[in-house]
Amino acid sequence: MNLGFPLFPEQASTMAARVDALFYFLVAVTVFFAALIFFMIVVFAVKYRRRSEDERPRPIEGNFWLEILWSAIPLGLTMVMFVWGAIIYFDIYNPPNDALEISIVGRQWMWKAQHAEGQREINELHVPVGQAVKLTMTSEDVIHDVFLPAFRVKQDVLPGRYTTLWFQATKAGEYPLFCSQYCGTQHSGMVGRVVVLEPAEFEKWLSGGATGLSMIDQGASLFKRFGCETCHGAGGTSQGPSLAGLFGKTVKLQGGTTVTADENYIRESILDPRAKIVAGYQPIMPTFKGLVSEEGLLQLIAYIKSLEGAERKAAQK
Amino acid sequence: MNVSEVERREHYLNVNYGIRSWLLTTDHKRIAWLYLLSVTLFFFIGGFFATLIRLELLTPQGDLVQAETYNKLFTMHGVTMIFFFLIPSIPAVLGNFLVPMMIGARDLAFPRLNLASWYIFILGGAFTVMAAAAGGVDTGWTFYTPYSSIYSNTHVVLTVVGIFVTGFSSILTGLNFIVTIHKMRAPGMTWFRLPLFIWAHYATSIIFVLGTPVIAITLVLVALERIFRLGIFDPALGGDPVLFQHLFWFYSHPAVYIMVLPAMGVVSELIACFSRKRVFGYSVVAFASLGIAVIGFLVWGHHMFVSGQSVHAGMIFSLLSFLVAIPSAIKVFNWTATLYKGSISYDAPMLYALGFIGLFTIGGLTGLFLATLGIDVHVHDTYFVIAHFHYIMVGGSVMGYLGGIHFWWPKMTGRRYPEGWARLAALIIFIGFNLTFFPQFVLGYIGMPRRYHVYPPEFQVLNVMSTAGASILAVGYLLPLTYLIWSLRYGTVAGRNPWGARGLEWETPSPPPTENFERTPIVTEGAYAYEKAPEEISTLGRPAHV
Amino acid sequence: MSKVEPFQAHHFDDVEQQHEASWLGMWVFLATEVMFFGGMFAGYFVYRHWYLQAFAAASNHLDVLLGGINTAVLICSSFTVALAVHSAETDRRKPLIAFLLLTIVLGLAFLGIKFYEYHTKFEEHLVPGSSFSFEASLARPAEIFFSFYFAMTGMHALHMIIGIGLMTALLFQARRGRFSSFYYTPVELTGLYWHFVDIVWIFLFPLLYLLGRHL
Repeated sequence: MNLGFPLFPEQASTMAARVDALFYFLVAVTVFFAALIFFMIVVFAVKYRRRSEDERPRPIEGNFWLEILWSAIPLGLTMVMFVWGAIIYFDIYNPPNDALEISIVGRQWMWKAQHAEGQREINELHVPVGQAVKLTMTSEDVIHDVFLPAFRVKQDVLPGRYTTLWFQATKAGEYPLFCSQYCGTQHSGMVGRVVVLEPAEFEKWLSGGATGLSMIDQGASLFKRFGCETCHGAGGTSQGPSLAGLFGKTVKLQGGTTVTADENYIRESILDPRAKIVAGYQPIMPTFKGLVSEEGLLQLIAYIKSLEGAERKAAQK
Repeated sequence: MNVSEVERREHYLNVNYGIRSWLLTTDHKRIAWLYLLSVTLFFFIGGFFATLIRLELLTPQGDLVQAETYNKLFTMHGVTMIFFFLIPSIPAVLGNFLVPMMIGARDLAFPRLNLASWYIFILGGAFTVMAAAAGGVDTGWTFYTPYSSIYSNTHVVLTVVGIFVTGFSSILTGLNFIVTIHKMRAPGMTWFRLPLFIWAHYATSIIFVLGTPVIAITLVLVALERIFRLGIFDPALGGDPVLFQHLFWFYSHPAVYIMVLPAMGVVSELIACFSRKRVFGYSVVAFASLGIAVIGFLVWGHHMFVSGQSVHAGMIFSLLSFLVAIPSAIKVFNWTATLYKGSISYDAPMLYALGFIGLFTIGGLTGLFLATLGIDVHVHDTYFVIAHFHYIMVGGSVMGYLGGIHFWWPKMTGRRYPEGWARLAALIIFIGFNLTFFPQFVLGYIGMPRRYHVYPPEFQVLNVMSTAGASILAVGYLLPLTYLIWSLRYGTVAGRNPWGARGLEWETPSPPPTENFERTPIVTEGAYAYEKAPEEISTLGRPAHV
Repeated sequence: MSKVEPFQAHHFDDVEQQHEASWLGMWVFLATEVMFFGGMFAGYFVYRHWYLQAFAAASNHLDVLLGGINTAVLICSSFTVALAVHSAETDRRKPLIAFLLLTIVLGLAFLGIKFYEYHTKFEEHLVPGSSFSFEASLARPAEIFFSFYFAMTGMHALHMIIGIGLMTALLFQARRGRFSSFYYTPVELTGLYWHFVDIVWIFLFPLLYLLGRHL
């Protein structure tokens, strides 16, 4: 049936069918109860319409069990909705470990992406079918949002922090990407597209076009350029802790608290070193705020994440 | 009773004349009229902005206005409608007029504070109108940082000052209602004999006094950040933009209950009168109002499921959001049950009340979609949300307001409005409303984001439908404006109780004398004693007269 | 129909109802004030949790002696307010006037010390904005601390100014003999407001001034 407009977006990710199923359930419940109320109102309004001016209906105070019934049934149904929705939400927020990582930097009013291999894109995102993809995102200015309706996911993109979004595309094709947090004049122009390719085509796309250094290589060169090696060189020094195998570890801080070394922690340590000082070290690391761009930070983080392998290799020699 | 008899009798409208007697009045009924005129003006201003928005959205390109103008239009539409129409409308118009009368008092506890609250409202409105005239503001009514505190170069400070000032009007109204309801009930008017309209306004007033100050201070911080570059919400200076969202929504979520609870109070009165039956489950409905007010303070994070808030916080807010839906559902069932074995008439107020129940049901049920975490991720910040809240605020609150205006119009003016036109208008509004907003549910699910000036062409058909509905809705709203004004001069003279309703306000003449009651009523019955004949419950000690 | 007292408003049934209504009104108003300051306290606590070290370092730049003196001044002023209310209650006009005057003087002393503090902060470049200067690695959160310092104490000072204005109005009315044991509600309620403003300071002082002392 061609209505002239779509009723549903395409289902193009592993999440889409799950979200739609829950949506259908809620539609069914909504239609049922709305129809029930409408029906009862119409039936009562007609059946009990006033026939003479001096009608005086018998008063009915209420009915305890009826109140219990129509409190308990909605409560039960809503709890089903809650649990079902929470499970999907939890999965939306937990990317699989083997996800392909892509960095996104949003700014008024465009999207910049960089693949691990170094490929850059503007307002476009090429990804392979059947592979989980995790976007690590930040904004250079105001709050934006990446919304991928065909994949049923969205996540605000914040300045000063990283947020993540993951999906696994199930169908090759092109799908819209919308900025979905009002961000100023050209908010509605901040759209892009996700191009989902078959794995072979994706490899071809990756290797074609402008080859540059991978993100890890770019990060390594920044690491050298900014002199990070001086204090954080192989194995660490008395000045600064070793960064090998840091990512994902629990770090003990001064004052006894601990923190998990994730992307946000590394970014903060580069821009605001005194915020969290590792136990046993002096607060002498200078800040690199203003010296390194958001893309540069993402490259440094990619490099630091890669250091586990290198360290083990060195230890094995 | 003829016109000349009415004109000879002294009542609150003719007790004195002249602009000073209105601008310096302390009579709650006159202050209600001051508010009525003001909120009507703001409604049509907000409606004008909406008209331009819907016209622009007829085509996918931005061909009517520029992007920056469009952004200002939806911001000003939101700010005007929420702060200057929806929040004050029922409480400051119908509440001000009726709260003292329904409880048997001569005025509110603090009449001069009541007048002050109107002046504060006007002052706040003046600031906001000045901001609009000076070029407007383009941050969205939600003022998210850091866009509003740093990046926007529009009149943010002037607008937030306007909203800040107007907030005090709300706070004073709420304070007045709470004290009045506690301390000035007539002898025999116990809590559980109060009309549900009063319970609803009591619950609303709790939100007024506890919630409004929080947005006041939040907007002050945004203004200070803009003026002095403070960095409280600026991540580049160590601040947290999400903190703004928490502070903002802590008020702005309960604010939506400020907008709907009074309408629910109106609906209780209308359903009871036009079914000639007491409301089914009176005390349950009363407690449900309080429950909504209390739980409503605990759910603000459901506006922030994708904001970067933790997953666990999301789960807690989702659970609580489902819980707050339950009392509303209970009310809908109780109203419907009130119709059972009633004696139902289809006067315009009843059409509005029934329309409210239907549209609020849809709006409330679609709220469940938004409370459901897995679905909200997809539909957050899309037209689905816009459709949801317009079903509640327009399909709900505005219809409740119009129903109340029509119902109490004879009491307030001593005139009846033309019933045929009123029923027609109610029908046009109902149809126009649904055509405007139902397509937006579909638009949202297929992915059209909010606040979009231009959109992909596949969204056009639904947008055209929505605009067509809006034009019908506009006609629907212009009708009451016309015939209500007409009725002031040409409407049939109304008696004391043209609807055969129960309630202390119906035991005084229409329009009432300044002191409301010639003698303090003595209350011996609960509300909605429709099974008794009017003479049996007259509290004034003499036979009821028309 | 109850006898209408000269200071009973027409819409009340009797003085007692009017008095109860006024009391409830003031308490509800104070509840709104709690929420108003509460928003700022909430923001303060969030950032203090994140930037404890910077907040402590910034707090060390506040003058504990002056803050302490101000605290004592306010506590004394609450005492004089209580004495003023008691004087009104017991029909002693001259002590009432004296205690109101004393309260005003103490309030002005508080403001004087406060503005002197603001002045020194300005000279030390600790006012947030373009002239702010602090130890580099802690500068950003320290500036946030001072933003809250000025916002919270500034809002408090504004409330003090309003309080002093109200006390002054009461002073003039007291001199004209408006209050007696039959009717002294405005004195009572303004006293309640004053106590509230005092309590806000009791919270502000340790949170802002004494933060660094334990670390």
